[in-house]
Amino acid sequence: MPLGPLPAAVPPSWYLTLSAILFALGVLGFLLRRNIITVFMSIELMLNAVNLSFVTFSYVLKRVDGHIFSFFVMVVAAAEAAVGLAIILTVFKNRQTLEIDEVSTLKN
Amino acid sequence: MDALLFMIFAAIAVICAINLVVQTHPISSALSLVGVMGALAALYLLLGGEFIAAAQLVVYAGAIMVLFVFVIMLLNAGSERKPVIKPRGKYLGAPLLLVFLGMMAYLIQRIMPASAPVVFGAFQGGTAKEIGRSLFTVYLLPFEVTSVLILIAILGAIVLARKEVD
Repeated sequence: MPLGPLPAAVPPSWYLTLSAILFALGVLGFLLRRNIITVFMSIELMLNAVNLSFVTFSYVLKRVDGHIFSFFVMVVAAAEAAVGLAIILTVFKNRQTLEIDEVSTLKN
Repeated sequence: MDALLFMIFAAIAVICAINLVVQTHPISSALSLVGVMGALAALYLLLGGEFIAAAQLVVYAGAIMVLFVFVIMLLNAGSERKPVIKPRGKYLGAPLLLVFLGMMAYLIQRIMPASAPVVFGAFQGGTAKEIGRSLFTVYLLPFEVTSVLILIAILGAIVLARKEVD
């Protein structure tokens, strides 16, 4: 990556690198946090990072298909958020906790 | 100018994402996520994705995050306990993450070494007109299947969040 005076415009690879950084941070939050809601938000962050990659490739290839994929990811994320948050509500109603370590019915 | 805008919004996105990971209170994380999504919407606009930028703001930063904030409010979620990190993860995790990111950056630079820089306005295909045409011709079947998916999600959310669960 050439350093020095800032160029007038950045190459698409910088956008992809930013996408990788955001995805890594999402993975970090997913593994590190203990609150169900924060874990869920980390998943949304990862989906957003992938969307940035799609839109960047759409720009590089000068085609609209990347935007369509990005659109479908958004739709799936919206559906996932509705169902996931309903599950979180149900878990909290039954167990009065948001710690993922204490929700271990399926463990072993 | 384009590079400056990219730097500003990329910095906002990364700082907000780091803040999302390190904050212990979920409402701080939710507001950081709104920041990430706003910055990403600006980057989509730089890449010529007008429709996607608007949808990002309306669907993600609007609808989904309102849902998150509502659930945080409903459950009265407080700060979480400090996570227990084993020493192996403590001393190996951060260097491995940096190595992974370095390798990804190197690979990206190798695969697309000399592509033309991103100039605002160079790609005009991201308008609502183009996306609509593509959505209703080439991607008609996935689009219709999506409506079934949303119907199932609505039913699932209603069934799960009903008063009597058992």
